[in-house]
Amino acid sequence: MIKLKKKTPLIDQHDKFGFYGNKFGGNYCAETMRKPIEDLSKLFEKLRKDRKFLKKRDHYFKNYLGGETPFFKLENLTKHLGGAQIWCKDVSAINGDAHKAYHATVNALICKESGKRYIAGDTGAGMFGKNLAMAAKKMNLKCKIFMGTKDISRQAPNVKFMRDAGAEVVPVDSGSKTLVDAVSECMRHYVSNCDNTHLAVGSAIGCNIFLKICAWSTSQISRELKKQLIKEFGEIPKLKLINVIGGGSSALGFWNEFIDYDKKHVELIGVEAKYAAPLSTNAKVAILHGAAQYCLTNKEGQIAETHSLSAGLDYPGSSPLHGLLKDSGRARYTNASDKEALAAFKLITKLEDIRPSLEPAHAWSECIRLAPKLKKSDVLVVNNCGKGYKDKKIYIEQLGYYPK
Amino acid sequence: MKNSINNAFKIAKKENRPALISYTVCGDNTKDKSLQILNSISKNLDIAEWGIPHNCPTADGEDIQNSSYRALQNGIRLNDIFKLVKRFKKTNPFKPLILMGYYQMIFNYGEKKFIRKCKVSGVDGLIVVDLSFPDNKNFAKLCKKNSICFVQLIAPTTTVKRMREIIKNSHEMIYMISTISTTGSALKYSIKKIINNYNIIKRIKPSKNVVIGFGITEKTISNLRSADGLVVGSAICREITRSLKDRQNPVTNVSKLVKKLKNKII
Repeated sequence: MIKLKKKTPLIDQHDKFGFYGNKFGGNYCAETMRKPIEDLSKLFEKLRKDRKFLKKRDHYFKNYLGGETPFFKLENLTKHLGGAQIWCKDVSAINGDAHKAYHATVNALICKESGKRYIAGDTGAGMFGKNLAMAAKKMNLKCKIFMGTKDISRQAPNVKFMRDAGAEVVPVDSGSKTLVDAVSECMRHYVSNCDNTHLAVGSAIGCNIFLKICAWSTSQISRELKKQLIKEFGEIPKLKLINVIGGGSSALGFWNEFIDYDKKHVELIGVEAKYAAPLSTNAKVAILHGAAQYCLTNKEGQIAETHSLSAGLDYPGSSPLHGLLKDSGRARYTNASDKEALAAFKLITKLEDIRPSLEPAHAWSECIRLAPKLKKSDVLVVNNCGKGYKDKKIYIEQLGYYPK
Repeated sequence: MKNSINNAFKIAKKENRPALISYTVCGDNTKDKSLQILNSISKNLDIAEWGIPHNCPTADGEDIQNSSYRALQNGIRLNDIFKLVKRFKKTNPFKPLILMGYYQMIFNYGEKKFIRKCKVSGVDGLIVVDLSFPDNKNFAKLCKKNSICFVQLIAPTTTVKRMREIIKNSHEMIYMISTISTTGSALKYSIKKIINNYNIIKRIKPSKNVVIGFGITEKTISNLRSADGLVVGSAICREITRSLKDRQNPVTNVSKLVKKLKNKII
């Protein structure tokens, strides 16, 4: 079993080749990309220690993204399920409507520092695309977003947002026409334009540096949560932190500050979409988009097609960091079907005022399964990492309504 | 047959021309057709490259993506590829054959098993697009041990310091990527700049055979004829796509194209 290092940030637990636990990650990329990613690594290592840059980041997080996102107890749901206390870290309240706002903003700031004028990113649900488009506009960068044609049609509100913000949305019509193809096409664009373009990979995937930047950015969530927990409970209570997993960027941010806690104290639970679930269905390790990771493949090693109603989860791979958390036993992974996620949305919105998107609806589903089995002293916190308006059409199609 | 890649370069040099290297995708558009294509062009080739199709090819442009897609649609598997290599080598025992692909296919098959299969079926060299230096050191050693040439790549973004290390760790052939791009785009740099980059590599180690690839077509090939070798890939794949679309025989069309390419460099 892989052992995690204490007191070392999760993102820094790699060897000099970028491997975590000798097994996950690495830099499986074309020679053309080697120098640009090496330059980016150097820049990032410098910036994360640079007080001025951190101040700038915090300034943007506070004034541009709206500062700390709320943390509150869901009284009605807790009462209804009659077990553990259920709390919500409502990341969807951020300006930008999802955790991708942190990641997009940091990437735009890094792009600015690198002197590059172009920024390119991939998106599935459109949350990263939308936030990158916004950040690029704010910082005067030219932005290209790669998105599968299937996702363009099912996440239309976010596509409109990207275009209104002045980004070019590049439709990707190859393969399954979803996130996996968008990431491939975006990487190709980078291979061809790495001299003037900054690549912002949309999740904690890709070559080592890209997943580091991503998880570093979203870790703002757990920094806030830790403070909020102490304010509310006077200490870190016995916790279960439940988060949905697509690539895994929101979970890494939600969990980051709690990695060193004993898992009996702070349990980490990741929820995948049932038919895009490499971590919870014992998929093999495969190389996808520059890194070794748990990934769905066929017997021949070709990357498998996935299915999820949720565009953000419709991805065959998973972050190498989740491979590390799984194999070290620090986190456990399960999954929820489309149907279960929809049922969770129905119940949550009936009882509470939050409107989760399809992605966190998967995490809510696990919370609903788990809570009744637990005691009142147990605290469940769910990362409500995306706003539901983007899925309004899908909810109406599937449930017949969208709550006010 | 040992060092047949070196031999191929020697022959070309004797004839005062660059070695002509083709790239096609194994199994495009069917297993038999891809073998027929390679058999029919091999007389005008010095070295043949065969692509192992993968469905997430992050460094390939549209033409090679199309070829890979067709091959996969027709059900090509790695074991088929090894069988086809064997058949090719049976009729062309002295024609060096290089397999080119993404590391996932090798990783999934198992490195050692893959190399063993390469050896018994007669593969002379390997290019693994996304296994770059220094991550490829062990794999390259494994290749060498089995008399398979591991072809290192050098890109326009590669620094001179890195170049020296790559060359030090290279075998008999080095692949220079002409321009910052995926396969098959137009050349972004002037011919002068490409030749300049090529000369930097050659000056470091004149004895290495350095081939130039990416963006080489009928139009550009003669301008680069001072190189040790030139790889034409996407242009051939494009010709296969065109032939299929126009319901023509890709075997004859590709043969004609390769003959033209050869004529431009002799």
